[in-house]
Amino acid sequence: MPFYVAPEQFMKDKADFARKNIARGRPLIATAYADGILICAENTSKTLHKVSEIYDRIAFAGVGRYNEFDQLRRSGVQYADIKGFQYSREDVDSRSLANLYAQHIGNIFTHEMKPLEVEILVAEVGIEATGDQIFHILYDGSVVDEDRFSVLGGEAEAITGRMAKAFRAGWKLPEALKAASTALKGPDKPVAVPDLEVAVLARSESRRSFRRIEDAETASLLGLPEAVEAAPGDTQPGAGGELADLPKTGAGDPPA
Amino acid sequence: MPLPVFRPEDDPGPDFLHLLRKMGQDPFAGPALGENRAVEITHATTIVAIRYADGVVMAGDRRATAGSSIAHRGMEKVQPADRHSGVAFAGSAGIGMEMVRVFQLQLEHYEKVEGSAVSLEGKANQLSQLLKSNLAMAMQGFVVVPLFAGYDRRQKRGRIYSFDPTGGRYEEPEFHADGSGGRDARTTVKLGWSEGMDRNATVELAVQALYEAADEDSATGGPDLVRGIYPTVATITEAGYERLPESDVAERFAAVIASKSRKGLSL
Repeated sequence: MPFYVAPEQFMKDKADFARKNIARGRPLIATAYADGILICAENTSKTLHKVSEIYDRIAFAGVGRYNEFDQLRRSGVQYADIKGFQYSREDVDSRSLANLYAQHIGNIFTHEMKPLEVEILVAEVGIEATGDQIFHILYDGSVVDEDRFSVLGGEAEAITGRMAKAFRAGWKLPEALKAASTALKGPDKPVAVPDLEVAVLARSESRRSFRRIEDAETASLLGLPEAVEAAPGDTQPGAGGELADLPKTGAGDPPA
Repeated sequence: MPLPVFRPEDDPGPDFLHLLRKMGQDPFAGPALGENRAVEITHATTIVAIRYADGVVMAGDRRATAGSSIAHRGMEKVQPADRHSGVAFAGSAGIGMEMVRVFQLQLEHYEKVEGSAVSLEGKANQLSQLLKSNLAMAMQGFVVVPLFAGYDRRQKRGRIYSFDPTGGRYEEPEFHADGSGGRDARTTVKLGWSEGMDRNATVELAVQALYEAADEDSATGGPDLVRGIYPTVATITEAGYERLPESDVAERFAAVIASKSRKGLSL
């Protein structure tokens, strides 16, 4: 290397670079509610998702560069499906996945020229509320284990402040969604329903607990008039609608 | 296990079997056994699929045999493949169960990676590829013959696919039955089937077909009244895969047995 750069300076530059680009991204909130975990993101695209299913009880969410966090998502699905095949479905857990992500992202931060410009979230819904887990993994591989809510992306501090004020342990889905969607941009400029991407990990008997909440249902949960015009049965369970429910279960249940 | 991270040119995409192979875990890579097999293979037997007005009825007995003895009495040969399709198998039980498991995972994996489900025909083709992967084992006697049926949400009708051990895939327009009692089951369905049958009549026909198959074929299990084990019967419609409760199946078998007893069994 022709010039000497102090390691402190080098790391700081990388961190500043990652932080700056992540902060430009639209934010995302995950919070535990009585019957599961809610993930609510600001996303103008209907097809490029920020929130997705990893496994039966595990969801993934990412902010920042889409191609980078989508690659992480795919790796997560691959890891979880292989592990479930090799051992058992019960053995797939969010903690080991979060650790793997942390190692991978941390490695890139330390050894590559360009760090990943992403922040990701791994959430798992427990059989009981005490088993709910939310892991927030930063661009440098550090992991934060949150038990109330987690905010990713731009303006995270302001949103965290708004969310902390609204948060109530054991709240129901409509209340949690209202608080999260208001916290995203502040009470005076709420995010329009079509720009919200909402999904839940619902605590239920179904094997696959991940469920996307489509616009009509979001509007109805928020108590907005759009709900009246929406056709009933418009919402479909699961990622692509073809929610596979293997042993013993019925379709993804509507939220309580 | 490390986090699987692939370069774009190496990524197996949504193909779960390909991914397993990349991770060094081919479920169908069996060792060559040579000509003289000392192992007794467990076999599974009669499976049926019948198309009707709202979709498809699938049914299968629960018996697995090893040679002339009964190996297992409660095996589930008919299983949901995903929400709108079901898969059943006859033949070598261990490999058949593994194939069904990989198939279920394959469909789920595709759906999660791609964000949308495979088409019904695509699912049948996937199963055909799994069968082809097992060809080396099939040549050594570990033959599996699956039956795949589902509700095609684009064409709004039930569809049935039969297979041969080499991976050949054939769409059946009306119904199909496979396994050692498949011939008897097929004949029974053939005599009773008509276009646009309702759910009740079709389930009854499937139950009858299984009864006749068990009556003629020693490897097919009939209703086990002593243990309360009854064949699996499921419907696949627009609402998805739904297994009939065992009590319902028990009643239907009781009706078949009662009608046969009244007539007096002819030997």
